[in-house]
Amino acid sequence: MEENKIGFKVVIVGGSAGSLEVLMKVLPQLTLMSKFALVFVLHRKSAEDSTLEELIAMKTVIPVKQVEDKTPLLPGFIYVAPSDYHLLFETHHQLSLDTSEKVNYSRPSIDVSFESAAEVYGPQLTGILLSGANSDGTNGLKVIKQQGGTVVIQDPATAEMPFMPRTALENVTPDFVLGVEELLQFINNIK
Amino acid sequence: MVNDRQLEVLINDVYEYHGFDFGGYSRASLKRRVDRLIQLDGFPDFAVFLSKVRSDAAYFKHMVEEITVNVTEMFRDPHFYKILREEILPILATKPFIRFWHAGCATGEEVYSMAILLKEANLLHKSLLYATDINPLVLDTAKKGIFQLRMIKSYSENYMAMGGKNDFSQYYTANYGLAKFSEDLSEKMVFSLHNLVSDGSFNEFDIILCRNVLIYFDKDLQERALQLFDDSLSKLGYLALGTKETIKFSSMQDRYEQIHKEKIWKKIK
Ligand SMILES: C[S@@+](CC[C@H](N)C(=O)[O-])C[C@H]1O[C@@H](n2cnc3c(N)ncnc32)[C@H](O)[C@@H]1O
Repeated sequence: MEENKIGFKVVIVGGSAGSLEVLMKVLPQLTLMSKFALVFVLHRKSAEDSTLEELIAMKTVIPVKQVEDKTPLLPGFIYVAPSDYHLLFETHHQLSLDTSEKVNYSRPSIDVSFESAAEVYGPQLTGILLSGANSDGTNGLKVIKQQGGTVVIQDPATAEMPFMPRTALENVTPDFVLGVEELLQFINNIK
Repeated sequence: MVNDRQLEVLINDVYEYHGFDFGGYSRASLKRRVDRLIQLDGFPDFAVFLSKVRSDAAYFKHMVEEITVNVTEMFRDPHFYKILREEILPILATKPFIRFWHAGCATGEEVYSMAILLKEANLLHKSLLYATDINPLVLDTAKKGIFQLRMIKSYSENYMAMGGKNDFSQYYTANYGLAKFSEDLSEKMVFSLHNLVSDGSFNEFDIILCRNVLIYFDKDLQERALQLFDDSLSKLGYLALGTKETIKFSSMQDRYEQIHKEKIWKKIK
């Protein structure tokens, strides 16, 4: 970890079934941010759809960067993990892609991105886990916690599919458990 | 998990003891593969693993086979094959002879997909498909043309999605959970070991496909590999990369023209 070289925070939002609904509520009210990069790792159909990026871009004022291999990660932008690749984090603020085996039946896998980013960003990383019917994300949140990052889990009571956040809650002590409205405020307040 | 420093030690020792240079590989992925291998093979810690890698050539070979990511499929990204079929092959068809290079072919699904396209375009008889990889194990599978039968359903869906009109089952025979692809298809294939890090150009090609290999390289090594492709492409030849790879930041980009928004570039100078 090269903490002193890292000038900005990274926030990764992981979600599966039921998470898009949360994003559709949160995205329109997000304010421009200059201090952190916002990365979405969502389970998606493995077709070559760029529709998720477009959908997200339509709902927010924050600019969305197309993710390709070795795309630089910059504060102030949104990044969406492309379908059928795991999204990894290199030192020196670069994203890289990987087509290795699915993890938790998923590619992109939330665990993979959480773990990879935690290694590089340590305490500068926040992992947010939303609704889903899969157990992806739990192991990744553990690693984020070990590396000193911040763990946020959607309140399962507010999740359309509570399994994913509930599994995480059973295995990791979160820093915050938040409903949708609180989640919005949390992100808008990241300094 | 291995830390950054241990990973660098491993890279250095592998080079020193075995002459393989992984120094240009993307660290994030390499780290995951090494962690996975240490777990898979049940090493108590990194030091034990490292000394095995150093001293045991057979184990080192196994390591290369395991840390490379060989996941592939037939007609991966059907749209890409559709463009090949509709726009690129008709141009290549005017040549008396067509040379292909699949760099990083893994278990060969990409090469068999291409052979099917060529067969259907009635071009296979005048084509030669070179297919190379750093991993000898995957090349053995590729030579045999035997794939898991359970994957065939999604391959035949991909085939139809790219506009395939035939009955996909005519291309293989199914047996004991395996699908063996017809030898008519593999007749024009040549498989061989080739390391994009250390081996040079070995022929001139009309089209080079290197898909989902450069993602495992850092920018410098990507640039070197692209240079190698440039040296190996005939004028007006094509270079095809994976859907999330680009030559955009490379010094050769001004001599290449992108085909629509596809990851296919034509060498124009
Ligand atoms: C993910 S597979 C890509 C397979 C296929 N081209 C596709 O897109 O489906 C990547 C392949 O690159 C190979 N590879 C990795 N490093 C290489 C190198 N230095 N030289 C040649 N091949 C390499 C790996 O062994 C692996 O089979």
